[in-house]
Amino acid sequence: MISLSQFLVFGAILFSISVAGIFLNRKNVLVLLMAIELMLLAVNVNFIAFSHFLGNINGQVFVFFVLTVAAAEAAIGLAILVTLFRNRRTINVEDLTEMKG
Amino acid sequence: MTLYQFLFYVFASSAVISAIRVVTVKNPVHAALFLVLTFFTTSLTWILMEAEFLGIVLLLVYVGAVMVLFLFVVMMLDINLAPLREGFVRNLPVGVFVALVMVIELGLIVGSHAFGLANYPAPTAAAAGTSNTLALGSVLYTEYVYPFEIAAFILLVSIVSAIALAHRKREGVLYQNIDQQVKVNRDDRIRMVKMVSSTPVVSETGDGKSNSSGEKRRD
Amino acid sequence: MEKIYLIIALSPLVGALVAGLFGKQIGRVGAHWVTNIGVGISFILSVYAFYMHVWGGLPTYDATVYTWAATDAFHFDVGFMVDRLTVLMMVVVTSVSLMVHIYTIGYMADDPGYQRFFSYISLFTFSMLMLVMANNLLQLFFGWEAVGLVSYLLIGFWYKKESAIFANLKAFILNRVGDFGFLLGIAAILMYTNTLDYATFFERLPALASVKVEYWPGVEWSLPTVIAILLFIGAMGKSAQVPLHVWLPDSMEGPTPISALIHAATMVTAGIFMVARFSPLFELSDAALSFIMVIGAITALFMGLLGIVQNDIKRVIAYSTLSQLGYMTVALGASAYSAAIFHLMTHAFFKALLFLAAGSVIIAMHHEQDIRKMGGLWKYMPVTFITFLIDSIILAVQASQLPGATFAYWAVLLGVFVTAFYTFRMFFLVFFGKERMDAHTRSHLHESPKVVTVPLILLSIPALLVGFFAIDPLLFSGFFEQAIVVMPGHDAMANLHEHYHGALAMMEHSLSSSVFWLAIAGVALSAVMYLIMPGLLPAMFAKVFAWPKRILDGAYGFDDFNNAVFGGGSRLLGRGFWRIGDVRLIDGLMVNGTADIIGATAMQWRKLQTGYLYHYAFVMILGLIGLMTWIVFLR
Repeated sequence: MISLSQFLVFGAILFSISVAGIFLNRKNVLVLLMAIELMLLAVNVNFIAFSHFLGNINGQVFVFFVLTVAAAEAAIGLAILVTLFRNRRTINVEDLTEMKG
Repeated sequence: MTLYQFLFYVFASSAVISAIRVVTVKNPVHAALFLVLTFFTTSLTWILMEAEFLGIVLLLVYVGAVMVLFLFVVMMLDINLAPLREGFVRNLPVGVFVALVMVIELGLIVGSHAFGLANYPAPTAAAAGTSNTLALGSVLYTEYVYPFEIAAFILLVSIVSAIALAHRKREGVLYQNIDQQVKVNRDDRIRMVKMVSSTPVVSETGDGKSNSSGEKRRD
Repeated sequence: MEKIYLIIALSPLVGALVAGLFGKQIGRVGAHWVTNIGVGISFILSVYAFYMHVWGGLPTYDATVYTWAATDAFHFDVGFMVDRLTVLMMVVVTSVSLMVHIYTIGYMADDPGYQRFFSYISLFTFSMLMLVMANNLLQLFFGWEAVGLVSYLLIGFWYKKESAIFANLKAFILNRVGDFGFLLGIAAILMYTNTLDYATFFERLPALASVKVEYWPGVEWSLPTVIAILLFIGAMGKSAQVPLHVWLPDSMEGPTPISALIHAATMVTAGIFMVARFSPLFELSDAALSFIMVIGAITALFMGLLGIVQNDIKRVIAYSTLSQLGYMTVALGASAYSAAIFHLMTHAFFKALLFLAAGSVIIAMHHEQDIRKMGGLWKYMPVTFITFLIDSIILAVQASQLPGATFAYWAVLLGVFVTAFYTFRMFFLVFFGKERMDAHTRSHLHESPKVVTVPLILLSIPALLVGFFAIDPLLFSGFFEQAIVVMPGHDAMANLHEHYHGALAMMEHSLSSSVFWLAIAGVALSAVMYLIMPGLLPAMFAKVFAWPKRILDGAYGFDDFNNAVFGGGSRLLGRGFWRIGDVRLIDGLMVNGTADIIGATAMQWRKLQTGYLYHYAFVMILGLIGLMTWIVFLR
């Protein structure tokens, strides 16, 4: 049978890939957003795995909420992205330095 | 190798491979499509873990809605891709190194010594006819009803804010102002002018005179 | 009786409120009627209460009228304690006040602040009655502060005059000094006896007699001494004893009726009354009594001397008041409380009369107060002249009648001479001699209106007679019963009693005593100097005694000393606090310093904020890796 740790390692690998993705595509906001979605997915895998192996449905409820928030985040993130592009004609992260101290 | 194990390794490996492709392909459209594939295969692993409802939701909501939104945006925006790929090769070693360190460390944490079958034996399969949706719903609408409502509110706020952010007023477009239409009253639109009922005197200056007399009467 | 006491206290308050709040509506006439009636009711009922207590055999009344606040351990009440001491004070206060009210109608006739003035003096009457009728320390303190407040308002009544503003501030601040001691005394009483009621306090007093307190290691004080001296410091402020006396001469900036009512007859004697009221406490402490006597003797003599060199008619009387208050204080210090109260009463009448008469002169002279510019007034103002004469004589005689205390005997004795001298100097200067005013004033000279002279005449009767009739019962026949307590060892009055054989006999006796002859000498000297040889002698004396005169002119330098040491000191201290505390510490270090430190730190930290998204992400991931490393390897 597949053990809990195998599911967890699967989630860990997905998570690490998305971290690497943030490093590799550090200029493209769009891919950064995708990497974040991937991270959330990896976390959800963990929740469901624990929920399954512990026989506790609450983990799945939590995943439900994570999905809700992720959907909201994606919607707003993309809206910001559109506005950004409309104003700047670019989505290059290097050009976005308003927060520079 | 049982069928269960076989399916898990197929889905997991294809999810990992497509995830790697997500962060490495040049074209964002391709990246989005690979992301769809990742979600898809991952949702299958969820179904393997008897989380059928969430697997379907992931497909419907994410693949069906969110990823389509991504594709929309990617295709709608006219993005110059060349500068965005700069530094990809330079950052590759760092990214891979960080990813490896994380995988190793996470593996040390969640490895089979801690979460193996010895510690967590595989649960017995649920009986046929067991409804994951029912189980989830019976918790969600009782114990988690407040968080559920808050989540609904968050979605509402995100809809409003997304529209407010992306909405654009265009110049030169005509549209109704219903407020003003409703508020209008008679005096704004018509003016009663009393005219002298007698026939106007015809002369060179006749027009001016009759006009002025009409004005006076109105006052 | 309770209702009567309430009406006595409250009817002036009603008058004050009506005149003060609705002054515009009721007009000038309405204002003086309502206040006069209020005080009149109060006066009539006070006389009735006096009668009932003295001849009607009414027992001492002591009850709470209203409980203001109550806590677990003690409660704050409004209550009346009426015994013979109280009724005496009530009659004195209300009668003088009534006379002053009537007098004011004439004196202030042209003043724009007419209604306000009446409101204030009625309010004063109310406060003073609350003070004397109190049955607990809290109410006493209320009255104490209320009369102080009204005094402040009235000294500065002509608030457009700069000197009046200075004078009322001075009075207020100096009274605060005294009140600080007074408040500490009350606090000490509350702390050690857990009560503010007179009766309960006196009951618990014997237990305190042997208590010692130690404020500095090694120095033990007996508790009654500490409390008594603290209370007396309050009395020093209110009754203007050295060194807190400097406000009283300046308070003459106020209208003359005020000087008569507040700064001569009633308010300033509150301190004397308070000490008499607390005689059981003061009797427990020899040290406190000695202190009181020394202070009183100094005040009596040296303030009298100052009266000699003053030229402002009101200031002369003010210094005379100071000196008379000194006599009363000496009497208190000698445990002759009844003598002090006796003198308080007679003084209230004759000093009020003196002031009112002076006010009459001032009106006639068009508000000229310099006695050097007066003279020969007797021709123009017969009534004023006569009352003034009666009064001056009384003052001189009063001084001679005071029981010579064993301590400070010489100071007091010399004071008698001085009193007689300055009183008659003023008298002669004002009423006799050449007419020194200018022609314009002279053409307008006339006797004051009836409304002014009638109170003068009315007041001169008690001023003349009250001493004669009251001396026997008040001083020697145990008039005050248990209201005043004297320890057997302190009983100066008993000593005096042995030589006393009736009022007439005492006058006869005093004719042959040194005291009387000293007074006569004072009168004679002033007559010689200012009546017979006015052009020559005063100038000569001024030359011969130039140096002492300078000291006197400077009022011993109390004002200069206060200005230099306390005023200058607090200015210096204030400037120091401002420079170091405010500018350096608060502004420099705490406000700007904090801002500077934060700014400087932020200048360094801002360099971390590159604004690049991936830097933030990188830091987050580093943190994540660090956390995991900790979990894996270090935990």
